[in-house]
Amino acid sequence: MPKLKANNSTLKKVLGRIARYRLNAVLSILLSAVYVGLSLYVPILAGRAIDNVIAPGSVDYAQIMLELTKIAVVAAIAALAQWLMNIINNSMTYNVVKDMRTEAFDRLMKLPLSYIDAHPYGETVSRIIADVDQFADGLLLGFSQLFTGILTIIGTLIFMLSVNAPITLAVVILTPLSLFVARFIARRTHSMFARQGEDRAEQTAFVEEMIGNQKVVQAFAHEQANEERFDEINKCLSESSLQAIFYSSITNPATRFINSLVYAAVGLTGAFAAVAGSITVGGLSAFLSYANQYTKPFNEISGVITEFQNALVCAERIFALIEEPTEEPDASDACVLDHAEGIVRANAVAFSYVADRPLIKCLDLDVKSGERVAIVGPTGCGKTTLINLLMRFYDVNAGSISVDGTDIRNITRHSLRRNYGMVLQETWLKEGTIRDNIVMGKPDATEEEIIAAAKAAHSHGFITRLPKGYDTVIGEDGGSLSQGQKQLLCITRVMLCLPPMLILDEATSSIDTRTEQHIQHAFAQLMQGRTSFIVAHRLSTIKNADMILVMKDGDIIEKGKHDELVARGGFYAALYNSQFAR
Amino acid sequence: MKKLWKYMRDYRREGILAPLFKLLEASLELLVPLVMAQIIDTGIANGDRGFILSRCGILAALAAVGLVCSITAQYFAAKASVGFAAKLRSTLFKHIQSLSYSKLDTQGTGTLIARITGDINQVQSGMNLALRLLLRSPFVVFGAMIMAFTIDVKAALMFVVTIPLLSIVVFGIMLWSIPMYKKVQARLDKVLGITRENLSGVRVIRAFCKEDEERREFGERNAALTKLQLIVGRVSAAMNPATYIMINLGIAVLIYVGALRVDSGILTQGQVVALYNYMSQILVELVKLASLIITITKALACAGRVSAALDVESDMHGADTMPKEIDTDEEVRFENVEFGYATGGEPALSGISFSVKKGETMGIIGGTGSGKSSLVSLIPRFYDATGGHVYIKENDVKDYPLGALREMVGMVPQKAVLFKGTIRENLRWGNADATEEEMERALSDAQALEIVKAKPEGLDSPVAQNGKNLSGGQRQRLTIARALIKKPEILILDDSASALDYATDLALRRSLAALSYKPTVFIVSQRASSILHADKIAVLDEGKMVGLGTHDELMQTCPVYREIYYSQYEQEVKRDA
Repeated sequence: MPKLKANNSTLKKVLGRIARYRLNAVLSILLSAVYVGLSLYVPILAGRAIDNVIAPGSVDYAQIMLELTKIAVVAAIAALAQWLMNIINNSMTYNVVKDMRTEAFDRLMKLPLSYIDAHPYGETVSRIIADVDQFADGLLLGFSQLFTGILTIIGTLIFMLSVNAPITLAVVILTPLSLFVARFIARRTHSMFARQGEDRAEQTAFVEEMIGNQKVVQAFAHEQANEERFDEINKCLSESSLQAIFYSSITNPATRFINSLVYAAVGLTGAFAAVAGSITVGGLSAFLSYANQYTKPFNEISGVITEFQNALVCAERIFALIEEPTEEPDASDACVLDHAEGIVRANAVAFSYVADRPLIKCLDLDVKSGERVAIVGPTGCGKTTLINLLMRFYDVNAGSISVDGTDIRNITRHSLRRNYGMVLQETWLKEGTIRDNIVMGKPDATEEEIIAAAKAAHSHGFITRLPKGYDTVIGEDGGSLSQGQKQLLCITRVMLCLPPMLILDEATSSIDTRTEQHIQHAFAQLMQGRTSFIVAHRLSTIKNADMILVMKDGDIIEKGKHDELVARGGFYAALYNSQFAR
Repeated sequence: MKKLWKYMRDYRREGILAPLFKLLEASLELLVPLVMAQIIDTGIANGDRGFILSRCGILAALAAVGLVCSITAQYFAAKASVGFAAKLRSTLFKHIQSLSYSKLDTQGTGTLIARITGDINQVQSGMNLALRLLLRSPFVVFGAMIMAFTIDVKAALMFVVTIPLLSIVVFGIMLWSIPMYKKVQARLDKVLGITRENLSGVRVIRAFCKEDEERREFGERNAALTKLQLIVGRVSAAMNPATYIMINLGIAVLIYVGALRVDSGILTQGQVVALYNYMSQILVELVKLASLIITITKALACAGRVSAALDVESDMHGADTMPKEIDTDEEVRFENVEFGYATGGEPALSGISFSVKKGETMGIIGGTGSGKSSLVSLIPRFYDATGGHVYIKENDVKDYPLGALREMVGMVPQKAVLFKGTIRENLRWGNADATEEEMERALSDAQALEIVKAKPEGLDSPVAQNGKNLSGGQRQRLTIARALIKKPEILILDDSASALDYATDLALRRSLAALSYKPTVFIVSQRASSILHADKIAVLDEGKMVGLGTHDELMQTCPVYREIYYSQYEQEVKRDA
């Protein structure tokens, strides 16, 4: 059974993480033993008290008082033990969960970009948030009910045996029935829940697609067709839901029915025993409350087991993330690139994202210090891939890239990346103040430096016009800032640390002309004397470049200056002429 | 919230029967301690085995009837809650579909989606639980108390004291913890936020070597979450122990009072046992009730949100019949139009007036936020002008039925959206009855035929959700084809050629000009090259029209236009000069 095996190894990992809190775990088990033992003792005390209440004239008040006082004390200690146990369980659960979340996030920081690019963000987020949360629920339930449940069963058995063996036998024989029924129903309803899940997923996908793009739906007056489709899915969903909900909800009445039968059986055997004089009325009363309690932990444990299995499934997903292979660590003898000259060479580089679909087949490049390289070409030609390789977000499959003569695989990633300033077309700002965002590359920058950088990047003007200037808090992804303003902030960020090499990704559209000019100026300012790679869309940028790389289908098909390339009359010339034709 | 009840109407019968059967079952359960008391007082006291056997038979029979009752209750509850939820979902989906753009903007589509998918499921489970258990628990609590009174009034007074005390503890802890759980959720959201941020910004974070800082911040947020969880846990963990102590003290006093009453011959031993059993029952039910109330409170909050979503009124209504046709060659005319988004802020457009004749092409150029998209979205009435008028064929757009109006207009939105299905299915959005030839024609006009030809399955090639399996340029061309297949009278391209290279853009413009049905075309663009050739160009700047005319006229008269043009053609002009 491979599935069980997987579960076992997950379980081991979970236990390994709990082991850090082993003192707590031991304490929790001890407390639960105290709690269970004492709480089982209470019905016996109550039974003894009742045995002293027989008939008018035969009531032993002193004995009753004694037993009742015992009840009060025992109940108080039991309650205290239970409370402490709960607190310890909470603390164990939430600390284990905290550790796992931290581990997962740490791993996230070290994962290769290939993993992050290939997995939808929502999926990874839901592992760290939702899965961990559900795992916590299952774990807490496991801690708080598994031991108490098992101990209660054992304790009850012992107490029952000590009072009356034959009745105990009746209980022990009948109880497994309710477990059997519960399991039977669970097995039968599993496929119904699976179907419900599928229908629900289909509906969610449909709703997300149609409501998410409602503007298009309305533009094409497609509402009617959508409603019909929605109602179709909705009908399937409500049918599968009704089945799943109804059949699974039989479990509770069915097990309760069996419990009631056990209760009746105990009543019968107990009463016969009482008639025969082998048990007192108080003893019978204690027995009855045991019979009630005895089945409860079985049901709880079976609940805990399902819940815990769910939790293990979640844990498995979290561990899958935690155990995802990290980026290949920096070579042990990797050197630290201090302040690069900016000589970048690529030698017969080959690269592909998917093994059987080669993208870059043989790329050569020779960039001198301070040169401007414009990269042009149609979408999907490999421009972004080149950035990925230069920054070592991905490693080449063959060939090599070097900076200042050193293969970048022999340079620490951090120092390599510190030598590059990167402004991507898809601007990214973090939640925080404008200042936080600007100082990302240089946390100890002074106010003067920040303002100087902002002025050079033409962002000082709009920043000062914001309600709180540099201390304005922007939401995730820049919030209310315009696309152009976001871009300027990203430029400011690079302007502040002025690294020796640059990677700039020009925005294709959606920036107004004035801001655009500001950005152009800011870029020009940045590029002074720096080796720059620009994914270019503007002719002016392209024409000013020292070298134009024309990329198509992953390879450089033309290379040279603007005039040379136009004169050559190749792909670039066609691309260029098309813009000016009417 | 009351409005939601009407979706329950079809399930009124089930909604009444479910709790009814549940109460029936509970009443049977309340009889059990009485039967047991008889067994003790009559059966055991007299040594009457036959009596004991018959009473135990009654217990088994009560259990069997209880089983039937409760399965019946479960069935009705499931049927009512599932039916109610299905109806609610369908209604809400239709309602959201009818909302105007401006309502969508203010509500946020993400929120509305969550209402249908998440909230209604919660409402369904809450309803299911409430139907079965909400009446049952209080019924058992008070039923047990009443049964106690029938046994002995004085001893039953213990119940009158214990029940309120227990309720205070149980509900007090609950009232405290519900808002605390909201705070926990808020902190969890913070952890979620930083996780998502780190995924979307992974390149920047690594480029700036910020991994350690991010790790530290995550650690802080994570620790804050854990801390609050522990505090909440500590208090919630007190509920069971506290009620446990109280109920056992209650039992102790009850037995003592029982002893006094037995001594004076008012009660029997079996009746004391029965009282004791009732007390235990109450504890179980109160704890159940508390957890039930937490679930139901959550479901009610969801129901409130669903109801609020249903309350959002669409503010866009079309005319019922087509307006009278007016003989004119004016296709679209704006008259002093002003427009502001419902989300607030400065008006996006003001003082816009122009007119376009049938078959003409109009270019609209300007920076981001200058109001270009807003302007064209007023034509098919995605939004209503907040001032002035928009006319199509000299009739106010508000005088057209919405469907007919949008039928006339082919819109290619800025965001190239395709739907899950096949290319053919996507094209059919434009015209459900389009023939193969019509599709091919539209594809070829939109420069998209090569995309389809390159695929082995042709028109039946699958399209993933949001067209993810196609490139940006491919998506744009297919969305253009989808609009062309309508053969619209008015075609609007809202910056929808931005991902096309210049050569394809040019070919597209040429084929649009050659369309046989001569639509009036609006081209919104940032690129001067895309609109140079237009019959008329409107230049927008911060919501105002700062220029209107042909390229040559604007080069003479409009400084903003010149600025845009030179920023893109700078080198060329210098060289020519």
